[in-house]
Amino acid sequence: MNAPLLLNEVIPGEYGLLCALLIGFGMGFVLERAGFGSARKLVSQFYLFDMTVFKVMFTAIVTAMTGVYLLSSAGQLNLEQLYLAGTFLWPQVAGGLLLGVGFVVGGYCPGTSAVACASGKLDALANMGGILAGMLLYGTLYPLLAGFVTSSSLGKQTLYGYFGLPYGLVVVAVILMAAGGFVGATLVERKFAHLKPAEEPTAPEGS
Amino acid sequence: MSAVKKSSDYVNPYLAGFCLGLVLLSAYVLAGQGLGASGAFASTLSWLVGMVSPEQVAGNGFYEKYLDPGRAPHPLLDWLVIEVAGVMLGGLVSSLLAGRWRLTVERGARLGAAPRLLLAFAGGVLMAVGAQFARGCTSGQALSGGALLNLGSWVFMMCVFAGAYLLAYVVRRAWL
Repeated sequence: MNAPLLLNEVIPGEYGLLCALLIGFGMGFVLERAGFGSARKLVSQFYLFDMTVFKVMFTAIVTAMTGVYLLSSAGQLNLEQLYLAGTFLWPQVAGGLLLGVGFVVGGYCPGTSAVACASGKLDALANMGGILAGMLLYGTLYPLLAGFVTSSSLGKQTLYGYFGLPYGLVVVAVILMAAGGFVGATLVERKFAHLKPAEEPTAPEGS
Repeated sequence: MSAVKKSSDYVNPYLAGFCLGLVLLSAYVLAGQGLGASGAFASTLSWLVGMVSPEQVAGNGFYEKYLDPGRAPHPLLDWLVIEVAGVMLGGLVSSLLAGRWRLTVERGARLGAAPRLLLAFAGGVLMAVGAQFARGCTSGQALSGGALLNLGSWVFMMCVFAGAYLLAYVVRRAWL
């Protein structure tokens, strides 16, 4: 197959943005189907009575991870050509914590805010405005922050490379971990079911 | 058929996850890169700054990165901007087909619309800075990097959950 198809010009480069549009369409469609156009559905993850975010995310990771592993092992997909972001330990710890806090305060992550906005949620529009404002804040402060965000660089690192384990073994371990996580998530949902608010997601005006 | 669809109409999470995984896999097979979202906001904002006050751009590595003509012929034709346009289109079509499209301010039962909008805005500001620190958000790092078993992506993902769980109790009145 000689994938990535666009990078190896199996598919001409001028179709790149069409691919981007189609891939985005698929992503937005599936996220909305999963219920991720709803802030209350998303944040339920953090009140433990509905772990859909965890289930969807880890099923997606397992599916794509297994596909990449199988295709690259079969020589159909060149792993070296896939974009692997470098690891910057402390900026990524801080960034993760900040994004997590922003997620539970705002009700969306950046991708799901776009989905929710497209399905009529004005709070998601405000969230997108906040993201743009945050980018402006970051851009304005960038000269001060540049030192931190480029600190503690470990280079391009994978879990299997960093810990010196076979790629296939880590793939299997993640699959098993996810399976265990799904069982655990269902148990947790049952235990915290009492936290679930009444079904109708938006309270009437003035209540 | 009922007039108002309930949240129980959402698709099974494992089926949705499998489909999302296939979308992500197809992104790698086609373009060699995964999904993303925060980068589209960074690109759009850099374009706005370049339009409004170009003197801010010169010497600022953040804006220069997104306005680099080698990256895209125009910041709004950036791969991620087009992809996120697709995300919105997909979300729109799906919500219309499911009968879920509704102009509304979604909020917890105890929270007014104005405070909800303020919190949504504030959350967006925090996420943008976080995504820039981490070089990606839930899509670009956690999901896409996670599937490649990227070390930094897994660290980031654990920290996203940690941050959200740590603050969930504090903001519980906004949601429960």
